Amino acid sequence: MLSIYCPYCNEMRDEEEFSYSGEAHIKRPEKPLELTDEQWGQYLFFRKNPSTLHAEMWNHSSGCRQYFNVVRDMQSYKITETYPIAQFPESLDISE
Amino acid sequence: MRRLNTNIINAVNSHENSITVNFKFNGKRYKGHKGESLASALIANDIAIVGRSFKFSRPRGIVGHWSEEPNAIVQVGSGAGTVPNLKATQVELYEGLEAKSVNGWPNVNFDLMSISGFFERLMPAGFYYKTFMYPRKFWKTYEKYIRKAAGLGKVPSEPDPDFYEKLNHHCDILVVGAGPSGMLAALQAGRAGARVIIADDQSEIGGSLLYSNSKIKKMSGYAWAKSIENEIRSFKNITVISRCTVFGYYDHNFLTMIERCTDHQSLTSDLGPRQRLHRVRAQSVILATGAFERPLVFANNDLPRIMLASSVSAYINRYAVTPGEKLVVCTNNDNAYKTAFDWKSLINDHVTIIDTRRAVQSEVIERAKAMRIKIIHGHGVIEARGRTRVKSVLVAPLCMSGKEIIGEATEIYCDVVATSGGWSAAVHLSSQTGVKPVWDNEILSFRPGQAVQSQKSVGACNGSFELKECIEDGISVGASEAKRLGFESGKPKQKIDLPETKDEHPTQEVFCLPHFKPLSRAPKQFVDQQLDVTAGSIELAAREGFESVEHVKRYTALGFGTDQGKLSNVNGMAILANALGKSIAETGTTMFRPAYTPTTFGAIAGREVKKLFDPKRYTPMHDWHLENTVEFENVGQWKRPWYFPKSGETMEQSVRRECVAVRNSLGILDASTLGKIDVQGKDAKEFLNRVYTNNFDTLNPGKCRYGLMLKEDGMIFDDGVCACISKDHYLIHTTTGGAANVLAWLELWKQTEWPDLDVFLTSVTDAWATSTISGPNSRKLIQKLCSDIDFNNDNFKFMEWKQGLIAGIEARIFRVSFTGELSFEINVPSNFGLYIWNKLIEAGAEFDITPYGTESMHILRAEKGFIIVGQDTDGSMSPMDMGMDWIVKSKKDYSFLGERSLIRADIVREDRKQFVGLRTLNDKQVLPEGSQIVRSKKQTIPIQMEGHVTSSYFSACLGHPIALAMIKNGHQRMGEIVYSPQSDGSVIELRIVNPVFYDPKGERQYV
Repeated sequence: MLSIYCPYCNEMRDEEEFSYSGEAHIKRPEKPLELTDEQWGQYLFFRKNPSTLHAEMWNHSSGCRQYFNVVRDMQSYKITETYPIAQFPESLDISE
Repeated sequence: MRRLNTNIINAVNSHENSITVNFKFNGKRYKGHKGESLASALIANDIAIVGRSFKFSRPRGIVGHWSEEPNAIVQVGSGAGTVPNLKATQVELYEGLEAKSVNGWPNVNFDLMSISGFFERLMPAGFYYKTFMYPRKFWKTYEKYIRKAAGLGKVPSEPDPDFYEKLNHHCDILVVGAGPSGMLAALQAGRAGARVIIADDQSEIGGSLLYSNSKIKKMSGYAWAKSIENEIRSFKNITVISRCTVFGYYDHNFLTMIERCTDHQSLTSDLGPRQRLHRVRAQSVILATGAFERPLVFANNDLPRIMLASSVSAYINRYAVTPGEKLVVCTNNDNAYKTAFDWKSLINDHVTIIDTRRAVQSEVIERAKAMRIKIIHGHGVIEARGRTRVKSVLVAPLCMSGKEIIGEATEIYCDVVATSGGWSAAVHLSSQTGVKPVWDNEILSFRPGQAVQSQKSVGACNGSFELKECIEDGISVGASEAKRLGFESGKPKQKIDLPETKDEHPTQEVFCLPHFKPLSRAPKQFVDQQLDVTAGSIELAAREGFESVEHVKRYTALGFGTDQGKLSNVNGMAILANALGKSIAETGTTMFRPAYTPTTFGAIAGREVKKLFDPKRYTPMHDWHLENTVEFENVGQWKRPWYFPKSGETMEQSVRRECVAVRNSLGILDASTLGKIDVQGKDAKEFLNRVYTNNFDTLNPGKCRYGLMLKEDGMIFDDGVCACISKDHYLIHTTTGGAANVLAWLELWKQTEWPDLDVFLTSVTDAWATSTISGPNSRKLIQKLCSDIDFNNDNFKFMEWKQGLIAGIEARIFRVSFTGELSFEINVPSNFGLYIWNKLIEAGAEFDITPYGTESMHILRAEKGFIIVGQDTDGSMSPMDMGMDWIVKSKKDYSFLGERSLIRADIVREDRKQFVGLRTLNDKQVLPEGSQIVRSKKQTIPIQMEGHVTSSYFSACLGHPIALAMIKNGHQRMGEIVYSPQSDGSVIELRIVNPVFYDPKGERQYV
């Protein structure tokens, strides 16, 4: 069971208080209706599946109910950082 | 009796403090000593056969003395509290204990199944896979007999009478195992001030020192361990938990352990919880789990009284019992010599050591010589003989490598064989974290791999098998881990005495001893005794092309038993490596997974059983429902009235009466469970525009609108009515089951994509109680109770809401309808829910007001073709599929969630399943929900599925059955005849119709 630092509660809490919410930093296209099926499909269905660090969203669902971001190693499950929505990670380059 | 007439200091059976107790084994009465293991008592009573083997029904005896035991599996007790699958080596004896062998029928001494012994040669690896596969349909018959022959105990059929509990811990350092290294690690960390938990699975801490006859300075190892224990227990910051097995090591240093609190006291006990599950989050974990001795593999090595050398010593030193009179020690290492020394000094002179190694100058050999113990060097036990227990062994000279026989064999008579093929580090827990153990050819054992969590392995589980090393390892790691966590390394209060270093002659790399015949022809050489896996079957698997150790494990069942291959894994891998011509390092090991030893489900469930299994949610009107005969339906955690049967009524009769009452006069429904989310803020309207398909720009205060929510993929997610309370304030209703998910979904968008919107979401489901009155007389009823609202149809229109006093209580009244009839939903603060409900029932008496439940609600809405999200939809239906194109409105500024997906190529495809009604041609037939629809009566396989039935009922109001279904291109197929084949072979004929069966123009709700 993971131990996760909630950046809003400022505490380490057990995984059972949280729910997973998929890949982080996926921006909704501004003009969806102007996209091709393929472009929209990219946004809708395609997700990263790295074997190393991965930025993902979690929700402190049994706590403060805030969504936030977590960078986690997909092999060791080690969490390198957690940070609020609209911020960027230090341990991972998400620009590409 | 096989009890020793001696006073051994560490013996739990030492004469001063032993209490005699009575116990039963396989129906017979015996005497034993309280607190000794059942295995020890069985040995004391000279019982050799404790079970029959799984596949071949061969007689089996005790091999080990703790959790490694493969054979002595017993069922303890009877009735509700019986426990299957315990190891006799771990069961502590108490007065009245009853145990049975789990295998063997009719009994272990005369086993009818052992007739299969004649066919042993015909049961190779993968026998069951190969033999019982064909013909396919006979598997069910085979399975019954195979299961009967193969059981490992019986689970009780009644509920567990005991209770269990859980404890959560946080600590600085968790030490797993209280042997010499674990005790010292805990002591040093404790001295430095760290909060330490040390858990050990035995009744007494001390590990190997409890069993061995070792000396530390002038003290016995046992006395030394007691002195360390006393100091450990003097620290308030060290918690010692014994009879506690750490069985799981999970992410971020989270470990689970089971403490057996009253198992050793009696079968059912009112002394407290039977077991306790500890959930520990540790800053650092020190594993000191020790090592298991490895038996040597040779022909007929499964005969009773062929035991591990260390276990023979354990029975002598700790339990003061002896398994026999004449011992042969069969070894490839120095360690097993200790067993010969123990035997010689405490039992008798009849002991012979057979060592596969050539004679060298070494400490143990000198000592053996001095004690006049006979050693046969360069020889191995290649075969054991005997029927129900070992009678003799064949000993043959071996070549230097130990792999070949180089001369004639001689027979040596004995009644106990102590075997030792070296030691395997217990790397289970470190491996559970995902770290592959690494083979070390120098110590002939796996070592833990590089730790990925904050964890250290010390002592024997780290490959240090020598006592002095173990203690030093514990001292240094305990201190360094405490220091790493920021604790001052305390000066030792007193110096810790250390044993002397011993020069050891290395263990020889021999796992399986040769025989005159090849593996496939020699008498069986058992690797995994619990599952009857032989060296020959592993070799066969390799010959048949299995190369991966994971595949061989599954094909032969190696290590699959309740002992999880603690004795067999390394031998199996070595034999496989040899057969494949690879090294053990190249062959590798299988995955280690929790649980380390079998774990009780009851302990994992803890208190979360019966009433506390899952919370139940009750509406404010629940008590009224209980007083007026009701059947409840579970909707999520809610208890909702399902139907209200009058005396003698069946469900069908009750539901028909309820439906007719709503259509003809007046019904009342408890709709309090409907999800309610309060949306406020100056951007509330914009927010709703983005999450619903409809346009909310035109929704003014006092108005309601039915809305549909889609996921981004365009599929229906939830529906419900939204009411505009004021310009910046809305109340949205969700399905009962979807309320929590909808709120999380809305929060997700508000927090991540639209933090700029000024909007606040609050769940108010529990704040309001909702009574829905429905039927032509509902207006008359509400007019009786509420005088400050004009209920005239022109003033209070359909899809409007108003605030007013009803029976003196401030209420929000929504004129919406899920039945198609004139309806009002009356919302009052929860505390007034029951009061208003009673008022409505009272005032409605003159209209014969009829309470109705969810079943009638479902029928009434199905008559109108209204969908239920989650019943008629399943997450793969678009609004167009459901014939709800009218609700999708493109809005100018922001493309609502899911809008873009509605023009994806796959969504506009013509042959998508679409929402339609179905009528059975035979008016008596109600279609089963979930039925598949096909195009023609006579279809050949593969049958083309045309769709499926989502809702189906008998409509009392219409006098015939109705059904809703999803059918390919259904909207274009009105009137077509289709078919539904049933599981009984019949075929139901159907006509595709409009899903609105009742009042198709929708006039009744507007009256």
